[in-house]
Amino acid sequence: MKEDREGLYYVREAPLPETPAPGERPAPWERTQVIGTPLARVDAYERVSGSAVYPSDVVLSNMLYGAILRCPHPNAKVLKVDTTEAEKYPGVRAVIGPSTPGANPPWLYSQWLPPKEIWSKLFDPNCRFEGDTVAAVAAETPYQAWDAVQAIKVQYDVLPFVVDENKALEAGVPSVYKEGNRVQILTYDRGDIEKGFAGADVILEETYRTACEIHTPMELHGCVADWQGDHLTLWESTQGVFAVQKEVAAVLQMPLSKVRVVGHYMGGGFGSKLKAGKYTVIAALLAKMTAQPVKLVLTREETYLAVGNRPPSNMRIKAGVKKDGTLTAFEFACTGTGGAYPAGGTALVDWQIRDLYTCPNVHTEATDVYTHAGPARPFRAPGHPQGSWALEQMMDALAEAIDMDPVELRLKNIPTFSQARDGNPVYSSTGLKECLQEGAKAFGWKEAREKSSRNRHKGHLRRGVGMAAASWFIGGGMPPATVIVKLYSDGSVNLNMGASDIGTGTKTVMAMVIAEELGIKTDVIQIENADTGTTQYTNPSGGSKTVPTESPTVRAAVVDIKQQLLNMAAQDLHTDPSHLTFQDGKVISKDNPSTGIKITDISGLKKRSVLVGMASRGPNPEDRAIVPFAAQFCEIEVNTRTGEVEILRFLGAHDSGRVMNRLTYDSQVFGGITMGIGFAMTEARILDAKQTGKMVNKSWHDYKLPTAMDVPADMISLPMEIPDDVANTTGAKGLGEPVTIPTAAALANAVYHATGVRVTETPMTPITLCRLFPAGSKEE
Amino acid sequence: MKKEHEKRCPNCQGGLTRRGFLTTMGVGAVAMALPQHARAEPSEKGQVLEARQLTKIPLRINGRLHRLLVEPRWSLLHVLRECLGLTGTKVGCERGECGACTVLINDVPRYSCMILAVEAEEVEITTLEGLMTGEELGPVQKAFVEDDAFQCGYCTPGQIMAVEGLLRHNPNPSLEEIRQGMSGNLCRCGAYVHIFKAAKRAATLKGA
Repeated sequence: MKEDREGLYYVREAPLPETPAPGERPAPWERTQVIGTPLARVDAYERVSGSAVYPSDVVLSNMLYGAILRCPHPNAKVLKVDTTEAEKYPGVRAVIGPSTPGANPPWLYSQWLPPKEIWSKLFDPNCRFEGDTVAAVAAETPYQAWDAVQAIKVQYDVLPFVVDENKALEAGVPSVYKEGNRVQILTYDRGDIEKGFAGADVILEETYRTACEIHTPMELHGCVADWQGDHLTLWESTQGVFAVQKEVAAVLQMPLSKVRVVGHYMGGGFGSKLKAGKYTVIAALLAKMTAQPVKLVLTREETYLAVGNRPPSNMRIKAGVKKDGTLTAFEFACTGTGGAYPAGGTALVDWQIRDLYTCPNVHTEATDVYTHAGPARPFRAPGHPQGSWALEQMMDALAEAIDMDPVELRLKNIPTFSQARDGNPVYSSTGLKECLQEGAKAFGWKEAREKSSRNRHKGHLRRGVGMAAASWFIGGGMPPATVIVKLYSDGSVNLNMGASDIGTGTKTVMAMVIAEELGIKTDVIQIENADTGTTQYTNPSGGSKTVPTESPTVRAAVVDIKQQLLNMAAQDLHTDPSHLTFQDGKVISKDNPSTGIKITDISGLKKRSVLVGMASRGPNPEDRAIVPFAAQFCEIEVNTRTGEVEILRFLGAHDSGRVMNRLTYDSQVFGGITMGIGFAMTEARILDAKQTGKMVNKSWHDYKLPTAMDVPADMISLPMEIPDDVANTTGAKGLGEPVTIPTAAALANAVYHATGVRVTETPMTPITLCRLFPAGSKEE
Repeated sequence: MKKEHEKRCPNCQGGLTRRGFLTTMGVGAVAMALPQHARAEPSEKGQVLEARQLTKIPLRINGRLHRLLVEPRWSLLHVLRECLGLTGTKVGCERGECGACTVLINDVPRYSCMILAVEAEEVEITTLEGLMTGEELGPVQKAFVEDDAFQCGYCTPGQIMAVEGLLRHNPNPSLEEIRQGMSGNLCRCGAYVHIFKAAKRAATLKGA
């Protein structure tokens, strides 16, 4: 038995990573034994057995179900809400609306780039988008709740609307606010573009557009709200429990300590679940009124209307290049809309143009307008895939114009510092060159390109290859984050951290950090996370920030434990802690390895039963930009008769610093490419701009995601493995966003390569492509 | 019968047309449109059941017989999740688009959101929980773990049931057959490539 326990807890004979003296930064891992391996997820069992309880799975005794009545018009004023009929329906326990006392608190919409706020109300009589909240019901079953929602009678003053962002600033169009439809126009300048264009051998100009994309995570937005007296507990499907806590506490004017938000598991968010929803507060209010728990999970249709989107982008790009491939100038303009409230309608769309390639002269202009449509929310790499769609197709066109390979043109213009940031900080690490070179090599870029070029524009089945590169705005994580690691007397460990694991493998990666440092197996590590009541503060999981934020913090907390153990062992061994080191489940003397004590025999540990290690995330290095880089390559076959595109293979070459877990790393790469395929090929919010202003495809039937039939089985993930030891002590940079940025542009470049047709608008559906292909191309 | 129904149904009293009622209630209203399927005790064949009249039905789920009181309009999905707490069946759209609620009906993958509980009383229902032996994972579940065939894990139960259903009819599917077999299950995290691998591995594990 004893033997078994030892086998369970201490797994290897190699020395553990050196423990730094208190206050010193741990040295970068030289050789890792757990980190980087393809370890199955620590919570895989829960996720495949159905025992993981997602917020929408929560069933409490005496629980009611909520449903929301939403405005069916893009612009309307609510004149009267009559709930008398609905209140009499069987099973109905509460109906709330704009005139229910205490049930219509102020509601804040805001954006951060640049900061802007508009105060609305939970049930605002001015409904500025289809799907805004009008009233809500709690009943014994969801069926009864929806019956009652149908029975609420609302008088609307239906008003004229504008949902086309390109028309929003025209004279005479309906205004979302009396001040007009302009949110802001932002400009950016460096160098002198006139001079830049004067020095160019080739100048190209083109207009691009990307359609509005909807997140549609598999788990619907929603929560379960339960009061115990004046304490509120919320099980919320969220990327950030602390963000939800803060918002709900503010809206309900409660102390933070009385709002507990739990989100152990969540079924995808992609940016749309970074904050509380109106539904969260509505559930809390219904639960308060009925003195019963309330589950409020949106319908799929509601998630298309009211919980965010990636804004549409209308872009014009002009670029100058010398014959040798030197970029001389970029001029870029973009119009977008975050919908009816300030929501970053053009945020970061120009970032790739400003920062990805060396270019001394850049001018960008971004016009964000209000429209009568659902507010945007951050969507996986906000702004980036849109800007990439324009920039990376332009790079492809420039390369052709100067008769240079597209990979070569990019290699010619690799920056070593961030040109768009104040002070031009140097990159903590950059693998853009490696991504391009290694990616092209592994893909067989030259050969594949030559092969399909030979048969180019022949027959109706045409092969082509395309590629695109990318960087992501923030990839280094940041404070604040605190974690606690507890070492039990038998050597097993509990990790306590606030971060949500949104499916990216956060818990698994953190367990691996502990395993690496302590030499224990990951399956004796228990993890509590994403609970404002019991775990430590951190920012929401999003923006590719989680691993670079949490993993150095977890490492520091384990180092804290190790330092304590060394001190205690030093007492037992009557020596100085600096003479001691860890090996094989023991603390041994560096000078005399035969002298030592088993960790579990250290008297201080035995006496205390639990050692607590704690750490908070330190600042990032000053004067450094921490940025992940990527290059993706694909091969496709286009049917010029039907407009169908078959994606044959994809390769993602990524520099996200150290690979923490090869299995979840690859899952991220494939997932990002798959989402990019949807963005490129099928996804588009379609608004009936002329007649009703309503969204016409608010279902997965009509708004098509990539299915198993639409992605190539031949996908390769090629990590560059350049640990970024400047960035943080685990060397990891973010991965979740860069994996989806260049995908769509790579596909468009492949379509161009195959057909000679430059597709400037997403999505590249068969119908769009058929219209673009010249008649002759279908007959050959 | 129709008159009696309209007298007691608040929706009809409210002046909604039958068409409107069907649209708003979606799948729930099909009970009335397809009375021949509503064969619950004590009603007889052909009797129209009212939407809210609780009806006693037996459901055979994972080999066990459950006797339940359900409204005829309740979907099998609703009964599995909210009444029985079988959270291995997920809800994604409630309109037959995503496959998160996939269960096996007589060994065939079906969307449980598109089946009324009262329609399911004479069939063998298998949910994710039914693939396990006690606490031990079944071969398809094991393969999903090994190949990391998921990210957020929310569509995963449905994906696993689809693979299970595929393999029960085709123990050694080709890649193309796997893609076809999985095409009714959406995964927004985009785990398809790993799902293909897991399906292959599961075929091997099951054969072993």
